[in-house]
Amino acid sequence: MKKRQKKRLRAKDFTGYIFLLPWLVGFFGLTAFPMAASLFYSLCNYDMLTPPQFAGMQNYVKLFADPKFRTSLEVTIKYVFIGVPLQLVFALLIALMLKKNRRGIKVYRAIYYLPSLFGGSVAVSILWKQLFNKEGLFNQILAVFGIEGINWIATPETALNTLIVLAVWQFGSSMVIFLASLKQIPEDYYEASRIDGAGKIRQFFSITLPLLTPMVFFNVVMAFINAFQSFTPAYIISNGTGAPVNSTLFYSLYLYIKAFGNFQMGYAAAMAWILLLLIAAFTGLLFLSAKKWVFYE
Amino acid sequence: MRYRHRKLFEVLYHLFLIAFGACMLYPLIWMLFSSFKPNVEIFKGVSLLPQTWTVENYISGFKGLSGVTYGKFFFNSFLLVFCCVIGNIISCSLAAYAFAKLKFPLKNFWFMIMMGTLMLPMHVKLIPQYIMYNSFGWVNTYLPLIVPKFLATDGFFIFLMTQFMRGLPREIDEAAIVDGCGPFHMFIRIVIPLSVPAIVTTSIFTFLWTWNDFFSQMIYINNVHRYTVSIALRQFVDSMGHSSWGGLFAMSILSLVPLFLMFVVFQNYLVEGITAGSIKG
Repeated sequence: MKKRQKKRLRAKDFTGYIFLLPWLVGFFGLTAFPMAASLFYSLCNYDMLTPPQFAGMQNYVKLFADPKFRTSLEVTIKYVFIGVPLQLVFALLIALMLKKNRRGIKVYRAIYYLPSLFGGSVAVSILWKQLFNKEGLFNQILAVFGIEGINWIATPETALNTLIVLAVWQFGSSMVIFLASLKQIPEDYYEASRIDGAGKIRQFFSITLPLLTPMVFFNVVMAFINAFQSFTPAYIISNGTGAPVNSTLFYSLYLYIKAFGNFQMGYAAAMAWILLLLIAAFTGLLFLSAKKWVFYE
Repeated sequence: MRYRHRKLFEVLYHLFLIAFGACMLYPLIWMLFSSFKPNVEIFKGVSLLPQTWTVENYISGFKGLSGVTYGKFFFNSFLLVFCCVIGNIISCSLAAYAFAKLKFPLKNFWFMIMMGTLMLPMHVKLIPQYIMYNSFGWVNTYLPLIVPKFLATDGFFIFLMTQFMRGLPREIDEAAIVDGCGPFHMFIRIVIPLSVPAIVTTSIFTFLWTWNDFFSQMIYINNVHRYTVSIALRQFVDSMGHSSWGGLFAMSILSLVPLFLMFVVFQNYLVEGITAGSIKG
């Protein structure tokens, strides 16, 4: 009897795997195997023409001595650690302003969301290139105030900032997430605190912000992971070089140049693994820190 | 007194939101109007509206690159998007159904693995995938961009649909089982029709992400006849020098139109998709 039941269960188990089959094939064929392979390639010299030659830790040793690698790491970290927090602050502030249902609120929400819908496209990167050119819109506006602008994109000190502005400009989708979670905070909490004599600012710090921390946490994790991999704007704006003076040489841009420009596949694979470890370490830290600041009801 | 304060606050509130919103949209509006300006006028003066309106930019821009028009590029992009949408709908709904409604050993393990893949940077798979597709002879075709979609590599959509299917009332499953409905029937006859909202959200986001994708399209496609809009725009920047910003702007605007239409038609689904992944329930 018992045996039979077990058998029946097994037949049933099988059906789940039938539905899961495409994903399983994809997971092993397009994720697990490529990951293992790239770990192997990272220990090789490989140019895609001759077979890979095992080189041990050579690529990693070379990487840490490569000044361009260090620059790309610095540029990316600067971009991530300035861009993401700024983006989230804007998203939260505007979400707070757009929380209440008033007249025209939908129009405002649409306006602030639109840039993040377009932001990832090549078209917007092209626009950005024009915006901060010597004759671009930004300088045209400065000229109205009698200020003569520089070519913001060709100046090493400012080029990265234009990319950060572009990232911050796309705060809309984070704002939408904040808006949705703001709406889930029960109105009673605010009423109760009002009776207790709490002002607006007190309410924000004692009710809104703590209840929002799970959402802030989610946003921080996803935004950081995405920002680490940013590619298109830097590629378009610098014509694929990371110019001027490597000031926009994003990590993924340098990896792309190494892999598909110089065909140093092993070197690029090593870079990919370092990026993975970086992101994993960083996400791990965030999760550890979550206990300290993320508030769960 | 109190009332007047309130009124003043209200005015300031709207003033700020309008001013800030206008600043944010100004670059886009500038590009839109610039695309109707003659080339010489674009970088002269701050006047937003063209002094002389022209559609010349659209005509010259549409001619495209080396004899291939933007009509072809748009067709290619739409074709690619269409295949990716179909792939994601089929593969992700299958996986989501397994995770949400079926029992099988190691289910939680696979689900955790699937969630883990969401955080992987694509670079760590990029090079072996390229080498693999290259050995299949798939480089310069759309296969490297489409086939992964049929193998459910976009974990985000599996997660989104799993969440949705878990929310479907249990009574329906039970009734179906009582009626002798097997898992396959239940999937096609009951779960899929009820999951249309999640499928629509998946389609919209697959559309947006494929349309905006530049990196993988650039890596795999290098024949001008197979260019998508993203790659064509980028090549356009290179090939034209500084002579025809108008044409570039015109085509850039044109490339944003499908995104804008998606937004206008599917606003609510967009908001749902953005929030679905993040809010419990």
